Amino acid sequence: MIKVENLVRTFGDFTAVDDVSFEVAKGEIFAFLGPNGAGKTTTIKMLTTLLKPSSGRIALDGLDPTVVPNEVRRRFGIVFQDPSLDDQLTALENMELHGMLYSVPRKLRHERTEMLLKLFDLWERRDSLVKEFSGGMKRRLEIARGFLHTPKILFLDEPTLGLDPQSRNQLWTHVRNLNKEEQVTVFLTTHYMDEAERVAGRIAIIDHGRIVAQGTPDELKAQTATDSLEAAYLALTGSTIRDEKADAAAQMRVIANMWRKR
Amino acid sequence: MNAIYILWLRELKRYSRSKAQVLASLGQPLLYLLVLGFGLSPVFQKAGNGSYLQFVAPGVIGMTVLFSSVFSGIGLLWDRQFGFLKETLVAPVPRTMVMIGKTLGGATVATIQGTLVMIVCLVAGFRPVNWLELPLAFLFMILTAIVFAGLGMAIGSMLKDMQGFQLIMNFLVMPIFFLSGALFPLAGLPAVLSFVTRIDPLTYGIDGLRGALIHAGQFEVLLNLGVLGGVAVLFLALGGYMFSKIQL
Ligand SMILES: Nc1ncnc2c1ncn2[C@@H]1O[C@H](COP(=O)(O)OP(=O)(O)O)[C@@H](O)[C@H]1O
Ligand SMILES: [Mg+2]
Repeated sequence: MIKVENLVRTFGDFTAVDDVSFEVAKGEIFAFLGPNGAGKTTTIKMLTTLLKPSSGRIALDGLDPTVVPNEVRRRFGIVFQDPSLDDQLTALENMELHGMLYSVPRKLRHERTEMLLKLFDLWERRDSLVKEFSGGMKRRLEIARGFLHTPKILFLDEPTLGLDPQSRNQLWTHVRNLNKEEQVTVFLTTHYMDEAERVAGRIAIIDHGRIVAQGTPDELKAQTATDSLEAAYLALTGSTIRDEKADAAAQMRVIANMWRKR
Repeated sequence: MNAIYILWLRELKRYSRSKAQVLASLGQPLLYLLVLGFGLSPVFQKAGNGSYLQFVAPGVIGMTVLFSSVFSGIGLLWDRQFGFLKETLVAPVPRTMVMIGKTLGGATVATIQGTLVMIVCLVAGFRPVNWLELPLAFLFMILTAIVFAGLGMAIGSMLKDMQGFQLIMNFLVMPIFFLSGALFPLAGLPAVLSFVTRIDPLTYGIDGLRGALIHAGQFEVLLNLGVLGGVAVLFLALGGYMFSKIQL
């Protein structure tokens, strides 16, 4: 369902994704594990038509995102790592906008919106503007919105970042149901080993833009002679801490916020 | 079609929810109208040109439409910074549709703003020569709004930060305004200035407004309509192209 060969993306003379190759079969749940700045989000951007690869090949459901982006966009859904809501709209309006962009029929749109907002405990606040939401609520709304339409492939980029344990649980239960009942192929990234181990069939560990190992959790443990995924991960990536550079976009948001509040 | 509609609606909702911004954006045109309208009136009248308030009102309306529509396109910068842009860029809708929805939304908002300023002008004493030509004035407002919302989208697609925004403001939007004949008559200008005013699309929008509202247009109505229509198509195509090239 997803086939990536020798994918490379450079920013200036920095190589963010370096010769990455992997395959995800239909109906599989595949996890990308790696420290901050490893190149996970950059890879997802290239898979989802947001960014052009510097070199290498991508096929989603047999289609190349750089050649037929509109066809590819019809096949996937995504929960982004960074905020992507319109915070001047209400929760319900954000859902509605998404449903209309994805041509979900009206009746189904309304049913699913209600179901999902209830599932993620936002139904009572459906008519509140998103800018009044807490960080956790915004995150839950992003996830609920991501589930509004049923794609062939679902991308989840650190979906549990900033979620409480209850929502986290709801999320993974829902993901597994979608995967079982609708054969949705799932590509996820996370920092939490236990989650990866719980939901993912296969895992690729990526560091400095390169895939350093891939296989089932058991294979990874065997390969590193460790007895937990966490130990295997640390054995493969080392234990130095990576700080994501505070990027320009984050700074802009801070400035823009101050500007708005005047 | 649904995509265009919902993105258009989004612009209107955002507009209707930012009352403070609406008021703030009316402040500048008001200043021009009142200070220049009343301040320059004596000089203007002495020169035998009639009431400056009558003359400048269509210019101030055009100015409002210009700023409001360019800003709506530059609003892409906010969508980019706050992340919402991603949501529209991965949607299974051709990007041209996304762009058109947003542009029409911005143009609608700009037309509403222009209408508000027209009402203010009426309150301040401005009087159209023939009320029956008001629809023609609206047509010019709408076309002007589409032209500059399209331009705004083309610019907004390229902008990545606030510095770029300042640059565009000072070296593109302000010149478009000042060189459009919004504040001065087009007749009898030095050759260079006359040439520059003629390549400024806003000139034709404001001249159209002036023709419809106070029967003081410099060009034929059809010329004004033709130029605006042509430039609108050009800028929409440009905006659509730039928008479809966005990478994050
Ligand atoms: N637009 C960009 N310009 C320059 N560098 C970038 C850009 N996007 C990402 N990077 C860099 O690429 C590296 C990988 O980033 P990313 O894919 O976001 O990592 P991850 O999602 O694994 O945390 C980081 O070092 C990041 O700073
Ligand atoms: Mg990331």
